[in-house]
Amino acid sequence: MSERRLMEGSEALAEACIAAGCRFFAGYPMTPFTELLEHMARRLPEEGGVCVNAESEIEAIGMAWGALATGVRAATGSTGQGLSLMQESLAEITLARLPLVVFNMARGGSDYFQATRGGGHGDYRHIVLAPMDINEGVELTQLAFHLADKWRNPVLVYGDYLLSHTYEAVDVSPLDFGDGRPAKDWAVDGRRDPRAKLVTMLGFNKHGEESPGMAQGMERHFQAAVEHTAAMERGEPALVDVGFCDDADVVVVAFGTLAKFVRYVVRQLRADGHRVGYVRPITLWPFPSEAVAAATKGARAVAVLENSGGQMIDDVRLAVLGRAPVEFIGGISTDSSGFGVGDLLDTEVVRARIEAVLASVVASEGAPA
Amino acid sequence: MTDHPGTHLVAPLKPELFLTTEHHLCPGCGEPVATRIVTEVLCELAQQRSAVCVLGIGCYTAFARMLDIDTVQALHGRAPSVATGVKRMLPDVSVFTLQGDGDMVNEGLQEVLHTAARGENVTAILLNNGVFGETGGHMTATSVIGQRTKTSLDGRDAEYHGHPIRIADLVARLDGAGYVARGSVHSAGAVAKTKKMIRAAFECQVERRGFSLVEVLTMCPTGWFVPTADGPDYMEQTLGQIHVMGELKVARAGR
Amino acid sequence: MSRTVLTRGTVVIDVDACKGCDLCIPACPPAVLVMTTTDVNRNGFRYPQLLPGCTGCRACLDVCPDFCFEVHKYDEPIEEVVDAPVDGRGRA
Repeated sequence: MSERRLMEGSEALAEACIAAGCRFFAGYPMTPFTELLEHMARRLPEEGGVCVNAESEIEAIGMAWGALATGVRAATGSTGQGLSLMQESLAEITLARLPLVVFNMARGGSDYFQATRGGGHGDYRHIVLAPMDINEGVELTQLAFHLADKWRNPVLVYGDYLLSHTYEAVDVSPLDFGDGRPAKDWAVDGRRDPRAKLVTMLGFNKHGEESPGMAQGMERHFQAAVEHTAAMERGEPALVDVGFCDDADVVVVAFGTLAKFVRYVVRQLRADGHRVGYVRPITLWPFPSEAVAAATKGARAVAVLENSGGQMIDDVRLAVLGRAPVEFIGGISTDSSGFGVGDLLDTEVVRARIEAVLASVVASEGAPA
Repeated sequence: MTDHPGTHLVAPLKPELFLTTEHHLCPGCGEPVATRIVTEVLCELAQQRSAVCVLGIGCYTAFARMLDIDTVQALHGRAPSVATGVKRMLPDVSVFTLQGDGDMVNEGLQEVLHTAARGENVTAILLNNGVFGETGGHMTATSVIGQRTKTSLDGRDAEYHGHPIRIADLVARLDGAGYVARGSVHSAGAVAKTKKMIRAAFECQVERRGFSLVEVLTMCPTGWFVPTADGPDYMEQTLGQIHVMGELKVARAGR
Repeated sequence: MSRTVLTRGTVVIDVDACKGCDLCIPACPPAVLVMTTTDVNRNGFRYPQLLPGCTGCRACLDVCPDFCFEVHKYDEPIEEVVDAPVDGRGRA
C-alpha cells in the first residue's frame, strides 16, 4: 500500500512485514504483541501468505523455522516473557543460519539484555533494531527482513506497548535497500535439485558434501558461528541518532520510544540555554559504541535513561570507558497491569531527571552547564 | 551367483533414497529398518522428488546426512511444528517427521497433539523403542511397567514412575487425525505390515485427509540390556503388550 | 547324506557392513542363512553365509539394520545338491 493513512502501530508493523514480502507468520497472543498477530492473521491470507495462531510460543517459532527452511521470508514475535519460552529455538535457529525476523513487543525496556546478549545458550547474537516511533518502526521492520537475508541471521525488532497501540499517519511503501535479495539455494523444496539439501543447526552436510574441516565437528561449527558474529559486528553499520553533543556537558543516552521523549526534552533544554545533548542507539546490537564514545568525549556526565533496572547502561559504560561518570536516571515504569505505559514516559518527568544531572554537574564543577 | 542367466534384482544393497548406508547405530537396532521402509514407500508412491523429511533429535539424527531427501533438522520434540511450517509453504510436497519416543512423547507431546488436532496434512513417523537411546538408555513416557532402564533400574514402577503413554491411541482420538497406526520391525512379517501402514499414512497426506501417524516399535537391545538376537522377543513380550499393533484410525475422504 | 534343494534366488552379502546382530537368521523362511562361528569381518563381527535353497524372498534384507543384503531372484530355479544334514537353523 502506498497511501498515507492513520493506523495503529501494530497494524503498521504488520503492513511493513507484508511490504517486505513476509509470507509466513506465527504467534501466540500476549499483550502487547497480540494486535500484531491479529493484523497478520487478517492481512497475510489476503496476500497469499499464511498466518498461524500457534498453540504455544515454542510452536510458533517452530513453524516459522519450517517456513524459513523453504526459503520464504517469515517472522514471529511475542513479549519478552514469550521470547523467554522460545530461547532454545532462538539460539539454535541462529546456528541453522535461518533469516528469522522476531518482534519483541516488550513490556518495558527490561528485555535489553535478552535481546542484545541473546537469552539462549551459547555464543550467538541477533541484530537488534529499536524504533522510537511507528514511522521508524515501518522502516526498521523492512530493514530487518533485508538484514536477516543479508547475513542469514535472525534480526530482532524491539517494540513496546506505546509503539503497538499509538496511532500515527503512516505510508507503508516497500523500501528498496539496493542489494537485491540473495538467492536461497540452501532452501528445501522437496525436489533435491540439484541434490538433497540439509537445513541444520548441527554443523554437518549431506554425505558426499563434507568438507575436510568437518572432521573437527562441533568445535569447528561453533567457532565458525563465532566468526560469523564477529563479521556481522564489523560489517553491519550500527545505526544511531545523535543530537546536540558537540558542546554538551551532559549527554543523555536512551533507546526506543522513551528516547523520543528525551529528544523532545533535550531540544526544550537547549532552547533554555542548557548544554545538553542526546545519543539514541537505533541498532542495539551491534551497539554504536564508537558513536557513543565520540558523542560523550567532551561530556562532564553521561546520563542513561531506560525503562528498566539498567541494562543498556552496561554498554554505555563500556563505550565511555571511564572518560566521564555514567549515571542511571531511569527505572521501572509501567501501568497497573504491568503491560503498558507508566509515568516515566512523560516529558516533565524526563526533564526533571535530566535537570537533576545538569544541576549536579554545576554543583561539582562550579560553571553553569 | 548373480551372473546366472535369468537373474533379476529384487532389491539393491543401497536403497534408492540413501546416499550411504554406513552408520554407527547399534547392532540389532530397529531404527534403520523403519527408515528404510519409509524410503521404499516414498519411491513406490513416486514422491522421491517431492518429499521433505523433518528429523527430531535421537540416534536417528544420524540419518540426516544419509538420506537422499531434502531434510530440515528440528530440535528435540519440535519436528511437528517445523513440519507444519514446511507444509504450509510447500502444500504439494510429502512432508514427514522422523522422531523417537523421547522426542515425540516426552519433550514434544504438545507439539504432536496440536499438529494432529489441527489436522496438518503431514505424516509423523514415530520410532518407539521405549528408551532415550542416544543419551544411553533412559526411561521415556512410553517405557512400560517393569521395564528396566538407566533411570528405572529396578523396573518402571507405576506408583513411583507412573504409567506409559500410548501415544498412537491418544492421537487417534483427535478429530484432525486422518490415519493412525502402530506397527513394528521385529520380524519380516511385521516389516511387511508396517510398510502397508506407512503407505496408507502417506496416501492420507496426499489425499489431504488430515494428520497421519505411524508409530513403529523398534528394537533397542542396548537400551533393553538384551542380546541383539533377543530384541524381537523382548519387544513382543514387553512393549508390544502395551503398545498394541494395528490400525487405530482410518478416516474417510471428505471429512 | 546329501539332499537336493531348489534354489530360486540368491543374496549378495556385504560382509564388512554386518554388525553380527543375528536377526537375519530366524527371519529367513527356508533357513538358509547361517552365522560364521570363528570367522569375523574387518570390524570383528561374525556375519551370515548363504546355503543353497534361497528363494529370493528378501526377508533378510527386510529385517537387516545394516543394509548387508542385495537380493536376486532366478527366473528358473536351480537344483542343488547339498551335503549338510541340517539347515541354517539345525533342522534336518
